[in-house]
Amino acid sequence: MTSGQITLQVNGKSQTLSAQPLERLSNVLRHHGYTGTKTGCDAGDCGACSVMIDGELACACLVPVAQVAGSNIETVEGLADQSQLSTLQNAFAQHGAAQCGICTPGMLIAATRLLQDTSSPSRTQVEDALGGVLCRCTGYRKIVDAVLSAGQSVDAPAPAVGSAIGARVERLDGIAKINGSDLFGADVIPPDALRLRLIRSPMHSAAFEFGDIDAWVSQQPGVEAVFTSADIPGRNCFGVIPPFADQVVFAESFTRFKGEAVAAVVGAAAEIQSLDLSTFPVNWQARNEVLTPQTAMQPDATLVHEFRSGNLLIEGLVQTGNAKDQITASKYAATGHYTTPFIEHAYIEPEAGLATRVGDRIEIHTCTQTAGMAQEDLAAIMDLPLSAIRVLPTSVGGGFGSKLDLSIQPFLCLAAWSLNKPVAGVYSRIESMQTTTKRHPSDIHINVACDDKGKLTAIDFEGVFNTGAYASWGPTVANRVPIHASGPYYVPNYRAHSVAVHTNTAPAGAFRGFGVPQAAIALECVLDKLADAAQIDRLQFRLTNALNNNQPTVTGQVFKQGVGISECLKALEPAWLRAGENASTYNQSAGRYRKGCGLGTCWYGCGNTSLPNPSTIKIAVDSEANVVLHQGAIDIGQGANTVMAQIAADTMGVALSSIVLVGPDTDITPDAGKTSASRQTFVTGNAVVLAATALRETILREVNASADSRLEMHDGQITIDDGQQNHRIPLTGRECDGHGYVFTAIETYDPPTSDLDENGQGEPYAQYGYGAQLVELTVDMELGTVKLDKLTSAHDVGRAINPLLIEGQIEGGATQGIGMALMEEFIPGVAENLHDYLIPTIGDIPEFEHHIIEVEDAEGPYGAKGLGEHVLIPTAPAILNAIRDASGAEICDLPATPDKVLAAIQAVNR
Amino acid sequence: MNFSRPARLEQALEQLCDNDWTILAGGTDYYPALRSEAPRGAVLDITAIETLRGIETTASGVRIGALTTWTDIVNAELPPAFLALQQAAVEVGSVQIQNRATIAGNLCNASPAADGVPPLLVLDASVELQSQAGTRTVPLHEFIQGNRRTVRNPQELVSAIVVSADSCHGSSAFNKLGARKYLVISIGMVAVRAVCSADHIEQISVAVGSCSEVAQRLRSVESLLAGKPSNSQTVALIDHRHLSELKPIDDIRATAKYRRDAALQIIKRTVATSIGVQQ
Repeated sequence: MTSGQITLQVNGKSQTLSAQPLERLSNVLRHHGYTGTKTGCDAGDCGACSVMIDGELACACLVPVAQVAGSNIETVEGLADQSQLSTLQNAFAQHGAAQCGICTPGMLIAATRLLQDTSSPSRTQVEDALGGVLCRCTGYRKIVDAVLSAGQSVDAPAPAVGSAIGARVERLDGIAKINGSDLFGADVIPPDALRLRLIRSPMHSAAFEFGDIDAWVSQQPGVEAVFTSADIPGRNCFGVIPPFADQVVFAESFTRFKGEAVAAVVGAAAEIQSLDLSTFPVNWQARNEVLTPQTAMQPDATLVHEFRSGNLLIEGLVQTGNAKDQITASKYAATGHYTTPFIEHAYIEPEAGLATRVGDRIEIHTCTQTAGMAQEDLAAIMDLPLSAIRVLPTSVGGGFGSKLDLSIQPFLCLAAWSLNKPVAGVYSRIESMQTTTKRHPSDIHINVACDDKGKLTAIDFEGVFNTGAYASWGPTVANRVPIHASGPYYVPNYRAHSVAVHTNTAPAGAFRGFGVPQAAIALECVLDKLADAAQIDRLQFRLTNALNNNQPTVTGQVFKQGVGISECLKALEPAWLRAGENASTYNQSAGRYRKGCGLGTCWYGCGNTSLPNPSTIKIAVDSEANVVLHQGAIDIGQGANTVMAQIAADTMGVALSSIVLVGPDTDITPDAGKTSASRQTFVTGNAVVLAATALRETILREVNASADSRLEMHDGQITIDDGQQNHRIPLTGRECDGHGYVFTAIETYDPPTSDLDENGQGEPYAQYGYGAQLVELTVDMELGTVKLDKLTSAHDVGRAINPLLIEGQIEGGATQGIGMALMEEFIPGVAENLHDYLIPTIGDIPEFEHHIIEVEDAEGPYGAKGLGEHVLIPTAPAILNAIRDASGAEICDLPATPDKVLAAIQAVNR
Repeated sequence: MNFSRPARLEQALEQLCDNDWTILAGGTDYYPALRSEAPRGAVLDITAIETLRGIETTASGVRIGALTTWTDIVNAELPPAFLALQQAAVEVGSVQIQNRATIAGNLCNASPAADGVPPLLVLDASVELQSQAGTRTVPLHEFIQGNRRTVRNPQELVSAIVVSADSCHGSSAFNKLGARKYLVISIGMVAVRAVCSADHIEQISVAVGSCSEVAQRLRSVESLLAGKPSNSQTVALIDHRHLSELKPIDDIRATAKYRRDAALQIIKRTVATSIGVQQ
């Protein structure tokens, strides 16, 4: 190649592209519009950038363009023939193989390559072929199933009017995810936008002083400006829970964790990419650091925040009866001490965005789980009115809680505003892992007791959580954890106390379950020991103690209906009996391998804890008779776009195909709240019911039709059949509002909750969802390795709005639970990439079987309950319990890596 | 920055004389090491030198060109002595990596966890280095000096991996232990090549990776097993006393103690496979 130019073919079309010889092929493709090829790690660890080079699979991030001059590159954009999707792409859509969609191009390319040689591959062949692509959403099974069934695809009929709810509807936003056209945070960046990179703390805590920044800038070609805390017009402070907001955009004189930003460098894209940031004039001086709660809680420990004595962010308590005395007095008791590490969300899409100043406003395109909260904090940072910030969420390539917090957005807004030019940025994988929020490390002591009949008498729970350098969602481990530490059981005497402690580590925040998965590990593992002590079958023990309708929860809340844990456990009973028999038969003759099975359960309150938590939905009819749903419940892959449309269609009484989605945009879409706390189907779903009902009533009222009329949307008109006559509402040419709508309804739903008193008593949630999982596995007794054989789930979703999406949530959440149990541990400063931080691959997943339980909830839309976080909670304890069942090894310090499992086996045999 | 992509070996050797080049082949170690930063310094891309790629079998042995990829190795017709190498090849990263990563790159990167090293050690492989000054051949166990350290001089290029005909006998097996199925850096791995008569082990080579700074042959295990019957009783003779040459460390993947215990087990299993003992 001549310097600066390369000629190659992309999807058979010859292209001469500008590029430097060592530029990564992935960047060159993306720079020239082929943004279907995603980049997730720049290290060959995730495979999202997989392309075919002259017919062979490669990670485009590891290929210098100089090596592909004259080659033919095949990308996801080339898979469809014109707009005709390949049979494989259709199979992906039908099987729900794409959730967030960020790994989908890589998966499709790898699978396409396999199918070229092997038209009817085996499951193992599919896994081998796709093993180089990581997915954090799906749990892989639906991807494998899609590849296995490619070529057998049949078009599923659209659900009949009134039957959208309950149907296995394909994602309505799915086509863009499988043809490469979906736009994620880094895909909306125009090539000529300025780029931003950050100067970050190399130490866990460091004082710093800048040198002559102006002189440095003048020596750096292409650099336009450097920003520091001195440039922030408003508050140098943000946080997801306003009373605790404490995080700085830029550190001011010292840093509180490794990777914290102190300055942003902005300039022309090519120059900024190749800039050597190590020359930036800043002097670092190490400060005393505290890295664990144990050191942070010492009386003389250095304070992370001067105003938080003892490094204590918050503590929380729920108590009823007298737990300590009852434990002593009870027939059986079991105790445990469990620790879990930081866990990284490891979504394949790093944080990214583009900010543009438009007059006196800023528009920011970014991957976020919450447009509204981002808007509020950005306005305060920029000292601008809320209305001056327009947040336009892109598609989100995985969130799982971490994209609730601001990350790159404040820097982009500040630079774009100051320079009056579009400014874009993308975190590297290392930056994403170093600096964004993590699951709280936990250190839990638990005592549980029961009577001679196996009835739980008391639980005493003490949890210490490492909340990192900033508050983020730390308060949730003080409020959510003590409520949930009882599990879905009736516990008359209960005390659960938890604290969140600051350290000089990345902030711990929201990660699918806010501390509850950690608490569930402690409880469910000790319950097995207690059941064994009482000589009661482990499933029967749980059934005996399962919370029922009309029994008080540990906060004293009494649900008269909707408590579905018993149904979940009963659904697992046949599988539990079969699994136990299988294992004992196998183990009679086994040598180095032993099989075991284990259970875990969950309950999880949907929505904010004792706080207002409204969602607002706008739905309208335009003059072409489209039903336009302003869908502000951000779809991060879980399927809110589809679920809300299904609810809207059935509530309106129209075909699902009549619904047109308008995505989240703070200018035109009302705030449907954050995508977190398993609240969207429940809370926003209810807002959809209210809004769609109001819209239907408005339409019916216009022609005085009865409530049970049949409504049909045609081209430019609505027809209404009320059984006696056919009404017609012509829309074409009719007067519209400023948005082009003839009819509009906007409604808000806020779940009813009450405050908790000093003992944590009250009604924190309007509904809980319930679930249980059974894991069967095989332990290699000589190596301590664990192979998962099967996971059987039973989740009470109240009403299954979309079973296909529900299965996707269960499999994806359980797979994150598998990672938590067996391999995931983020060590600040060490495991900052996706080859040292391991998440499950396509070969680490068991067979799945699901029982979708529908114990309708009176508060939920059509009876539905939240599910998103529930699905992760039972998995890790079920695995740990199964390891113990198989081998006797008790793992109390996660993850259960082979070395820990073998050490525990050796401890048993000693 | 300086970039060159010569098409001829002589050109590359000439250029290596006058600059401090980073040599680039498959890119699968080069790019991750950049940690998302832009490339710097002088880079000599040798992938256009087609004579460096491919496997040649002659009467004197097997010569594997430096640029031979893992996929090339998987697809090659090789004697059973190379089974361990082929089994290791499919464990290197992923298909995406195997299609581009080269055998010489794996050796020059000199990671303690390099998947290619134990199988090549049991083949008594040597590394052929060329420079303008000439060609030298270094036994693999001398080529890799330590973590990320080799004996290659800046003016030299690894041109091939050479296995002599004497070492192409017998059958081999490979086992890699990691914390997940795909895309995994090993906690420990073992390659074994055994030459057996009808019922005896005539000759056996055992190498262990990821359990010391450099993967190594376990001479005490080899001398223990040589001449013994090919049966499970022989496999059972191996115990911790024979593993004293290993110097495993604690790291994020496993403890040193675990590595010792696990190494013993996978040595036994791999030996059993290579001598045809049912497990």
